Amino acid sequence: MMIGSPKEVAEGEKRVAMTPDSALQLQKLGFDCVIESGAGADAGFTDAAYEKANVTVVKTAAALWKAADVVAKVRGVDAKEKKHLRAGQTVISFFWPAQNPDLMETFKAANTNAIAMDMVPRISRAQKMDALSSMANIAGYRAVIESGNQFGRFFTGQITAAGKVPPAKVLVIGAGVAGLAAIGTATSLGAIVRAFDVRPEVAEQIESMGAEFLMLEFDEDGGGEGGYAKPASPEFIEKEMALFREQAPQIDIVITTALIPGRPAPKLWPAEMVSLMKPGSVVVDLAAEQGGNCDLTVRDEVIKTDNGVTVVGYTDFPSRMAAQSSTLYATNIRHMMDDLTPEKDGQININMDDDVIRGATVVHKGAVTFPPPAPKVQAIGKADSAPKPVELTAEEKKAQELAAQRKAGRQQVGLLIIGGLFMLLIGNYAPASFMQHLIVFALACFVGFQVIWNVSHALHTPLMAVTNAISGIIILGALLQIGSSNQIVMILASISVLIATINIVGGFMVTRRMLAMFQKS
Amino acid sequence: MSSNIVTAIYIAASVLFILSLGGLSNQESAKRAVWFGIVGMALAVFATIFGPQVTSYEWLIPMIAVGAVIGAVVAHRVEMTGMPQLVAALHSFVGLAAVFIGINSELSPPTGLVGAEIIIHEVEIFLGVFIGAVTTTGSVIAFGKLSGVIDGKPLALPARNLLNLIAVGACIWLGFMFMSHAGIWTLYLMTAIAFIFGAHLVLAIGGADMPVVVSMLNSYSGWAAAATGFLLGNDLLIVTGALVGASGAILSYIMCRAMNRNFLSVILGGWGTTTGAQQEVDGEMIATDVASVAADMQDAQSVIIVPGYGMAVAQAQGAVSEITRRLRDQGKSVRFAIHPVAGRLPGHMNVLLAEAKVPYDIVLEMDEINADFPNTDMVIILGANDIVNPAAQDDPNSPIAGMPVLEVWKARQVIISKRGQGRGYSGIENPLFFKDNSRMLYGDAKASLDQLLGNITT
Repeated sequence: MMIGSPKEVAEGEKRVAMTPDSALQLQKLGFDCVIESGAGADAGFTDAAYEKANVTVVKTAAALWKAADVVAKVRGVDAKEKKHLRAGQTVISFFWPAQNPDLMETFKAANTNAIAMDMVPRISRAQKMDALSSMANIAGYRAVIESGNQFGRFFTGQITAAGKVPPAKVLVIGAGVAGLAAIGTATSLGAIVRAFDVRPEVAEQIESMGAEFLMLEFDEDGGGEGGYAKPASPEFIEKEMALFREQAPQIDIVITTALIPGRPAPKLWPAEMVSLMKPGSVVVDLAAEQGGNCDLTVRDEVIKTDNGVTVVGYTDFPSRMAAQSSTLYATNIRHMMDDLTPEKDGQININMDDDVIRGATVVHKGAVTFPPPAPKVQAIGKADSAPKPVELTAEEKKAQELAAQRKAGRQQVGLLIIGGLFMLLIGNYAPASFMQHLIVFALACFVGFQVIWNVSHALHTPLMAVTNAISGIIILGALLQIGSSNQIVMILASISVLIATINIVGGFMVTRRMLAMFQKS
Repeated sequence: MSSNIVTAIYIAASVLFILSLGGLSNQESAKRAVWFGIVGMALAVFATIFGPQVTSYEWLIPMIAVGAVIGAVVAHRVEMTGMPQLVAALHSFVGLAAVFIGINSELSPPTGLVGAEIIIHEVEIFLGVFIGAVTTTGSVIAFGKLSGVIDGKPLALPARNLLNLIAVGACIWLGFMFMSHAGIWTLYLMTAIAFIFGAHLVLAIGGADMPVVVSMLNSYSGWAAAATGFLLGNDLLIVTGALVGASGAILSYIMCRAMNRNFLSVILGGWGTTTGAQQEVDGEMIATDVASVAADMQDAQSVIIVPGYGMAVAQAQGAVSEITRRLRDQGKSVRFAIHPVAGRLPGHMNVLLAEAKVPYDIVLEMDEINADFPNTDMVIILGANDIVNPAAQDDPNSPIAGMPVLEVWKARQVIISKRGQGRGYSGIENPLFFKDNSRMLYGDAKASLDQLLGNITT
């Protein structure tokens, strides 16, 4: 089958759904690849690069739509492209089926299959094709870069000859993929980062990225299905606002990423907060496409408020990094094709029993199959509701340690008493010569324990070999018996001498061999 | 040579043995320390041979000569992957010598013993022969299992614990008979039972528990020597036997602690029983190929390699060493993380890596390196499974819950080189393989690494 990508027609869209690298991978699955001339130009992929990867370059979009059995795109299908659709064709792209029911009808009418990359279920198996996550990751990174572009100071604190520069304070609201990427980028630039999310279970992820989690003392779990947040109660919002009000004057850069599926973005950073911010501060609103988290956001524009705060409302962050986002998106598409062609024979098989494919397929064989039934596998394991072990205070810990030490002490004393009594018992009956040997034995055991504890772990094998060799000391016993007049005794003693010698010589030699191998770099 | 001089030399030999073991605290002093042991042993043997108690030499000299040649040849030929077998074989020799010496001592008893001395002497003989016999057959079976002659799976006879109890009970009863002078047949019969008991004990233990078994046999061989020392009244034997016994006991303890199991449960075989269901693992093992591992490796700044028994089986240490060298030449940090029970012998991995010329200062123990995983770009796991299983920490119902493990999953990326999708020795599913940052590199470890070498530029 032929898979192809046209040049994106949406205004300002620079991404492309197929890169020379992904084309090579697709060919391994048995597909032939085709691309419209100039499709990758904005993302930095020339026609020549495609040709080098055995991709056929065609002049016009019409020719591409005609040639390709599978069309991979980035932005839906617009009015101009609709007329190219043909029966039996499969189109893979972002479609947002809930918002675009008309488009679904168009596919239905054209008898074209449609696979929506934005409908890939969020389960771990499907992560490799989760294009929303890979785009969100880029958006989070770019949001920090754009904010830096607008922000007049360093991110990192410095002490220079010309004076001290305080580090920038960044607040990230919403710790989804984009939020976490923003946290990571901002911390690696040296900023002090705080982050807020309605789902308390993400605290650990936030902290692992190096940010401080702003805890809200409120007993409500904001986690909804599929790892997304759900709308919050009014009381909760009130608390949240109080927290933000406290933070706003200190914060230099706010990056908002809060989205609730299928709803307008929640207004988390109202005009009041902006007015509390210092002049020169920056708000980057990643939710601008869904109406924005900030009241003042203007879609696709950068505005400056009366008090000197810049509000960035771009919606095309991934497209602003077209080379990176095309590479990741094309890889997501390639993974999707991987699952669609289990036989690797270049024939796609839309298997509606597969949870992932079922979820992503929105139009199949002339029928709209959106919305899909709930996936069988739960997206993210529910956080353990079991109460966490109570943190011990310093005094309690001390008391516990003391108790443990006392217990160990008692045990030791007990053992010594028992041992002493045992020795007394033996001493009462055994002859003097035995007791002398026993002293030697007991002392040797203690010396042995002390010495062996200091042996390095790395040398345990040589230790075994060397103890093997010195346990050949048993040869002394055999040597003393070998001169016996008793025939059997002599033979057994001779054999003992023989094998004990093997032990001694073999053990020492192999130890030396091993130790000689240990080399310092 | 008077017997006082002999005793003086014995004292010198004991001191040298202690110094020899003490020197093993680090790699450099160890090279010197082994000479202390050799000199100590030479002194002890020569003092005994030329001492007042040895008079005939016609058998002694040829036996020592032949034994020395055999020992030298074996030590020279043995592969480093074959060390566990060799160690087990040598243990059996000590055990067998202890049995023979004990029986000899009964056949030609020392003169001049009176009263309690006779009883004590007989207890010494009986105990020495028992420990020696268990060590002998136990080691032979361990040797068979380690060299693959005997199936590594644990042998589970019905009522095996009862059989062991009966064997020990019979031996104790025979001991009482022996001391009431029922005849030497009691000693022979006990020896036979002890032989069977030792074999059965080790047969019931599986392959991956071998580090504990070998350490235990090491310990027994020491106690056997000590018991022989008591029955001959020889302090040097007692000291040396006690040193070796202590060494083996500590090694067994360290191994057991590293598996979070108690000694008895390892020796009696089988995993501890668990209550409740184990956590389900969902997700998918994602396979990768050599080319992409090589590409990721070029990007990584810090790499930690975790070797396991699989590396020894595949004889992959040479390729590992070469990869390490190349990556280090590129200025990357490459280190090795060794779990105490990796391999079939305590410290087995260290020796294999040393053989392949991996510098020992980049080979670290679990406790030294566990905290560094979160800052590591790439972890490569070579034929290890249970020692990197996160279920040991996360799943209280897992049979290995509480076992200390290498926290490899905290690294940015984990590459697992493995022959197939099978489970580890314990038969437990490993959730590590299903984690998002894990990639499976299927195939023989050596073949994979050789291909990888081809993909890494020097």
